[in-house]
Amino acid sequence: MAAISFSGVKKRYQKNDVIHGVDVEIEAGEFVVILGPSGCGKSTLLRMIAGLEEISEGTIAIDGKVVNELEPRERGCAMVFQNYALYPHMSVRQNIGYALKVAGMPKAEREAKVLKVAKSVSLEPYLDRKPGELSGGQRQRVAMARAMVREPKVFLFDEPFSNLDAKLRVAMRAEVRNLHRSLGVTSVFVTHDQTEAMTLADRLIVMNSGFVEQVGKPSEVYHHPASLFVADFIGSPAMNLVRGFFGEDGYFRHGKGGMVNLPGLAKAHLSREVSIGIRPELVRRVDAGHKDAIAAVVDYTEELGASRLVYARADGSPIIAVDSGTDALGTGMPVHFALSESDIHVFDHSNGRRVDHNGRPVRATDTVSA
Amino acid sequence: MERRAFYRNPVLPWLLIGPQLLLVLVFFYWPTSQALYWAFTLEQPWGGGNSWVWLDNFIAIFRDREYWATVARSAFYAICTTGLSMAVALFLACFVDRSLKGTKLFQSVYVWPYAIAAPAAGVAFRFIFAPQSGIIGSINQIWPGIWDPSTNGVHALAMVIICHAWLGIGYNFIFFLAALQMIPRSITEAGAMDGARPVRRMFDLQLPLIAPTVFFLLIMNLISSFTDSFGLIDTMTEGGPVGSTEVMVYKIYFDGFKGLDYSGAAAQSIVLMFLVIALTFVQFKWVEKRVHYN
Repeated sequence: MAAISFSGVKKRYQKNDVIHGVDVEIEAGEFVVILGPSGCGKSTLLRMIAGLEEISEGTIAIDGKVVNELEPRERGCAMVFQNYALYPHMSVRQNIGYALKVAGMPKAEREAKVLKVAKSVSLEPYLDRKPGELSGGQRQRVAMARAMVREPKVFLFDEPFSNLDAKLRVAMRAEVRNLHRSLGVTSVFVTHDQTEAMTLADRLIVMNSGFVEQVGKPSEVYHHPASLFVADFIGSPAMNLVRGFFGEDGYFRHGKGGMVNLPGLAKAHLSREVSIGIRPELVRRVDAGHKDAIAAVVDYTEELGASRLVYARADGSPIIAVDSGTDALGTGMPVHFALSESDIHVFDHSNGRRVDHNGRPVRATDTVSA
Repeated sequence: MERRAFYRNPVLPWLLIGPQLLLVLVFFYWPTSQALYWAFTLEQPWGGGNSWVWLDNFIAIFRDREYWATVARSAFYAICTTGLSMAVALFLACFVDRSLKGTKLFQSVYVWPYAIAAPAAGVAFRFIFAPQSGIIGSINQIWPGIWDPSTNGVHALAMVIICHAWLGIGYNFIFFLAALQMIPRSITEAGAMDGARPVRRMFDLQLPLIAPTVFFLLIMNLISSFTDSFGLIDTMTEGGPVGSTEVMVYKIYFDGFKGLDYSGAAAQSIVLMFLVIALTFVQFKWVEKRVHYN
């Protein structure tokens, strides 16, 4: 087990910065998922831990020891690659044992160890096959066994499930989770799949175009997004985000003359352009007579079984609500919603950061008691 | 279903392939048929009229100890040339593949020698290796007489081998580099994560994965060193000194056109032809069964 700490880590290709200074601490034994859209720099960050990419600026330390100048083999990390990167000309046995062979471990000891690891991921029957003769899930297991056999200080996963079908992905997710529980090795897992990220992570690092948007527990990131990007990226359907501004009278003005009475929020956010956000499941459907009812017109609905998604429009601003009603809701029909001020997040449009209800901007690494 | 276009006119397709067919017949099959004819016949000492002698010409060259010495020399020449050329090319390709500084430049520069005609290279290397004035010859100023390919057979053979290997490096380099770059980067990276250093990775991971290319180049180089050495040897040593650089293809030329033993030379050509056919056959067999990964 080892802690990893990033301080001011930057990556520069020629003159373009692709990672703009990452400062994050990963605790020993933690399972951290780096989540972000493709091209956000998450794989680059992982490869910098591994030693496959040079660190242009700043330092990465594993177990308190700066590893910037160390070769991959000296860092004690094992990596599972996106395309598995198995050695196609070697049998499963040789694939798993290669690291030990390179390290000069005697053959008998090596064989025993390979067998033990293969057993733990149920690969025993396939030890003498070549990777080309295995299914996707089996190759994935070989890749994991190959990482495990070295008993590394850190496991690195680079989108390891992206080539698997949906069902296998769920199964492998559970396996990785169990593996981490039983070995307790610090793990860093890169993915663009938010379900994968939410279910696996002790903590999430959400990245966007080279910046760390937020670091926090999955529930924190979901319920208290630190930025507009996180609010929009995490959750399906995405958070309702409406652009507008607060007036002195306590009303939030948006769209084509839309007004929402939010007197508790208005004071802290006067005089700046903001977006307010609320999760669809927190938008309540109410009767037309409700005190602060927002009148909207239904665009369409999506039936989910237990509930349905109502896509509506209030004064030109789109709004999505999760509704458990069973009445008929057709296109063009009126519908009324109410919002609780405590469920609403306010984001500053000038920098995309969330502003708390006292008017202070929220930083990426701030933790919120969820 | 295979879809094909048909010509309604039965003459047109023959007219279209005619020029190519003519070239192949005139420049490949007619000379081959002539060589076959001469290899099985013998002309009377006073000329005019060949008589069929079955395998006498072949028996004659196979009984000739000098011929076998030439065959052995050719084999040595082929192995050394191929080995040297491929080893250097692989070494360079590995460095270029690791994208060290200057890769872009070397990528194009290394190919140039392949564009140089063998006789031109031969003349250039004669100057380079000249014992009296060349760059290499300058060591004679320090140790007089240590280098002299014009009298020392070993020196002469080494000189021709180096020159022939040099000519092939560019060709081999291109193939090696392409093959190395076909290997997914992540495999080398996985090797690095597994603790293998670059040289170890090359032997354990890269070389086995480019084995089909290595084999292809091996055959191509062997064929080339058996058949393409004439231009070099003729310009550099003319087979000398005292036959020490006389390889099969040069002996054919010498026996045929200097010694005027057409039938013996033709028989030797047929032997060389069968050697090349055999190598090509091995190559085809391998290409068919070539190891496929993934």
